[in-house]
Amino acid sequence: MASFTTTTTVDDPRISLGGGGILPPVLGGRGDDGSGSPNYTTRLRRARLGLIVAVTPILMLFVSFTSAYIVRQGLPTLDPQTNLLVKDWIPVKLPALLLVNTVVLLLSSLGMELARRQFRGEAALVSGGTASEVSSTEQNKMPWLGMTLVLGLLFLFGQWTAWKQLGASGFYVSSTASSSFVYLLTGTHAVHLMGGVLALLVASIAALFRRASARRSIVIDVTAWYWHFMAALWVYILCLLEFAR
Amino acid sequence: MQAAHAHEAPQGFIRKWIFSLDHKVIGLQYYFLALAAVFVGMFLSLLMRIHLIWPTATLPFFGEIKPETYLSLLTMHGTIMVFFVLTTAPQGGFGNYFLPIQIGAPDMAFPVLNMLSFWTTFLGFIVLLAAFFVTGGAPLHGWTGYAPLSALQSAGPGEGLGADLWITSIAIFCIGALMGALNFITTTLDMRAKGMTMMRMPLTVWAWFITAILGLLAFGVLLSAGILLLMDRNLGTSFFVPLVTVNGQLTGHKGGSPLLWQHLFWFFGHPEVYIAILPAMGLCSQLLSVFSRKPIFGYKAMVYAMLSIGFLGFMVWGHHMFMSGMSPYTAFAFSIMTMGIGVPSAIKTFNWLGTLWRGRIRFHSPMLFAIGFVSLFVTGGISGPFLAQPVLDIYLHETYFVIAHFHLIMGVASIFGIFAATYYWFPKMFGKMMNEPLAKLHFWLTFIGAYAIFMPMHYYGMAAGLRRYSQSTEVAYILKLLPLQRFISIAAFITIASQFIFLFNLFWSMWKGKKASDNPWEATTLEWTTATPPPHDNFSGKTPVVHNGPYEYSVPGAPRDFVMQSDPEIEPAH
Amino acid sequence: MGLVLLIIIWLITLVSTYFFVAKWWWLPVGASAAAAGIDHHFTVSFILMGPVFVAAQLALGWFAWKYREGGTSSKGAEYSHGNATLEVLWTVLTVFLFVGMNLMSRSIWASERFDSAKPGAVQVEVTGMQFAWYFRYPGPDGKFGLTKPELEDASAGGEAALGLDAKDPASKDDVVSGVMVVPVNREVEVILRAHDVIHSFFVPQMRFKQDAVPGLAIHMHFTPIQTGEYEIACAELCGLGHYKMHGILKVVSQEEFDKWLAAREAEKQ
Repeated sequence: MASFTTTTTVDDPRISLGGGGILPPVLGGRGDDGSGSPNYTTRLRRARLGLIVAVTPILMLFVSFTSAYIVRQGLPTLDPQTNLLVKDWIPVKLPALLLVNTVVLLLSSLGMELARRQFRGEAALVSGGTASEVSSTEQNKMPWLGMTLVLGLLFLFGQWTAWKQLGASGFYVSSTASSSFVYLLTGTHAVHLMGGVLALLVASIAALFRRASARRSIVIDVTAWYWHFMAALWVYILCLLEFAR
Repeated sequence: MQAAHAHEAPQGFIRKWIFSLDHKVIGLQYYFLALAAVFVGMFLSLLMRIHLIWPTATLPFFGEIKPETYLSLLTMHGTIMVFFVLTTAPQGGFGNYFLPIQIGAPDMAFPVLNMLSFWTTFLGFIVLLAAFFVTGGAPLHGWTGYAPLSALQSAGPGEGLGADLWITSIAIFCIGALMGALNFITTTLDMRAKGMTMMRMPLTVWAWFITAILGLLAFGVLLSAGILLLMDRNLGTSFFVPLVTVNGQLTGHKGGSPLLWQHLFWFFGHPEVYIAILPAMGLCSQLLSVFSRKPIFGYKAMVYAMLSIGFLGFMVWGHHMFMSGMSPYTAFAFSIMTMGIGVPSAIKTFNWLGTLWRGRIRFHSPMLFAIGFVSLFVTGGISGPFLAQPVLDIYLHETYFVIAHFHLIMGVASIFGIFAATYYWFPKMFGKMMNEPLAKLHFWLTFIGAYAIFMPMHYYGMAAGLRRYSQSTEVAYILKLLPLQRFISIAAFITIASQFIFLFNLFWSMWKGKKASDNPWEATTLEWTTATPPPHDNFSGKTPVVHNGPYEYSVPGAPRDFVMQSDPEIEPAH
Repeated sequence: MGLVLLIIIWLITLVSTYFFVAKWWWLPVGASAAAAGIDHHFTVSFILMGPVFVAAQLALGWFAWKYREGGTSSKGAEYSHGNATLEVLWTVLTVFLFVGMNLMSRSIWASERFDSAKPGAVQVEVTGMQFAWYFRYPGPDGKFGLTKPELEDASAGGEAALGLDAKDPASKDDVVSGVMVVPVNREVEVILRAHDVIHSFFVPQMRFKQDAVPGLAIHMHFTPIQTGEYEIACAELCGLGHYKMHGILKVVSQEEFDKWLAAREAEKQ
């Protein structure tokens, strides 16, 4: 005869992505307050998980470009003039401006992180978090978000100028295989950064005209991590183009 | 942030049916997009089959089909079927509809993103179809788009604007698919109901989850290849094009590598075929269990097999390139990996047979298609080890043997999964039963028809009959094989016609079908615990708590032969 | 319904197996040294995979019928979640079958592809272009002359189609032909090139196929062992004329080959 016992212990499904990582702990179960609406912690965790997932294909895009870059560098091609295989890679001299742009982007990352913590404090106030999460009133007055936005736009403008400089020195997108990759990698990065800039723009305007909200804090948190990823990606691209010539 | 379900169900036609955030509506949108796409794709193959046996025939409206037109038909047929049918209906359609319900969630993690992913995919389809109507028409370079043929505007008719639209459409599709994958993965990891551990998830959910991971990793690479190709075509770069002349004219490109395109494309392309088939495998497991009234044989093995298939799927892409000029040492390495990936598929087949063994089989139409799926998967699978051996591929590459293989194991098998899913979940989605006699008729005609079409293609290939040939009139040994083509075409005409039985049944039943109960198949997974059709938040506010695995059928001592996942925990009597 | 499934599945399986076994449409008779080994491996693969195909389909049909609800042999379904021993067993067997079968073919692949052509092989440069094949012989100096893309003139055929540079001394004795002629029982080294897009050189009877890729000169070899005329078919989609891009391979005796080549050389004077 089967026995039907109502079990009281059930595996509580939770995602574990390493202890103490960037995902906040699951407070009190799934964070479902029973009304069907997930609470702030759950929504933040879910958004951050979504970001990790979203960043993966962007990584794959650049992994793919990198492998094409490395393959193309070493690839000999048949020169019909001589019937021999020759390598035709001409390294590009990168404009020094790119280093300046890098500093600008890293500074913007710093500003982004400060903005992220600032808005986390606001959200804690809104959703009734603990006192320790509330940042000081001094910080609340600094426009970190605006500063990040300005620095981000400055970076993009700097990239545009760097492309102009490249063109002036004879390296257009189709000039050589190497120059094609320079424009490809920096251009694709810029497009992705623009996405982040747009998110910041929307959040900044909203912050100016509306009061604090948990939702905005989550948007800024996720955008911040995205921004840091973009900064790290830029450093990688610069190193690849400079050292793997 | 996007907790749409604290709110009530949307009012108004636009919010409810056009820009809906409800995963069930979005699932249906994907499904109907795929339905439209499959009829377009099927129509293209009809034109192809007509041209192959009557090359000089004049058709109404189309006139005579020129050889280059034939090639653009086959290019678009492949692209539409692989992307807008096989990657859309099982995952975007049924996955969207049923993944949240099967794990006990009220919706996907990001409903707005979900809505955007559908409309992006839809836009991709429109852009693709537009290629037919521009100067030069649709491209003729095959769904695989090998460069330099696809990279040079002058290489053939349709390689102008048509090819640019083709690439753009695929790029748009990539973005839509990535958005979808994001939702599937986040939802599966973060929104399972209490008690729904990973190892209690139905195999359909596992399949959708693994498929989404494959898509997440693969579509970015396809997107990168598409960007490089667009640059070669329009910006004068030379990623893929070496120094070539077309019609004696230099093109201005130099130094590029056609093999680079193949590597990038197939790095995506091979996982893509598993994306196309995994959901059907998950569903087959589900249906064999439900309709044999028996737990799936080897649940854990099935999960590990799907995980292995997903993982190994990224390591075998070179088997599409044995004849490409790639290093023969690399080729042999790829071939060993490819033989390896045949193993988990074989395990799954043994487990499906094991599920039927000593079952109590009910032959409703979903079950017929599930059994048909196993048969087609075996047939399509057996030809794989032939192609995987480079020595044999020297002969078989680019013949109809390859076409037989991938149509059976990916095309038809996956379509059978879509049919099975339709017949199975129709009652839950629409509250009505589909007409069973018509369904059975559809099954027999399609099952026999599919074999009649694709089995002879093996023989055609063994005789070295080559693919992508508009006509067989120019090469004597291929012309001798024309009788086989005639047989295949006749079989295709009949099978294509039979699909209208399904189309009729689908729409007729929505309107006039017999009313369905909440659980007509007596199945155990969570979608059968809720109302038919499910309410806006799936469970009317009562989030289920899970106590059992998904395949508790015929548990000894239980009061009935199935135990729902949310029923109290059951201990089988011994 | 179970019985119908059994009958139809069994019928489809047995009929299709028959056509394989009876070889109604099959590989043409092999005419190269490699053909015997390749054909043997085809046979081995069919012998190993064929019974698996038949057994799986017959089992499927059988189970569908035997375990039907309401049939005499089904009371209740057996409540079983699987059998770990069986899983391990059939996994190991499958690995051995698949990997073993592939490893058996390694030596043929190695001799065809790892090793270069032996010295003394007849060299033929095979060039594919939309939509024709051209074949070039290096002549007595054993060297292929240079070709230049800007000299190409496909409409003029022959040397002009290849863009042969008359100024290069090595070109003087190059013979360009629209037909590929080779002597029997001697290894042929083909050097595959393409002018525009990817083509593929395929001769079924020789069991020989290789893509011709622009930007590369791919060296391959095969040894014809039977005289005759064989069709060359392009085996990689190359544009609207792909289906009619075919050529002829003529395998003749060594004397006839020498005579033919000498005659072509003489024409050039």
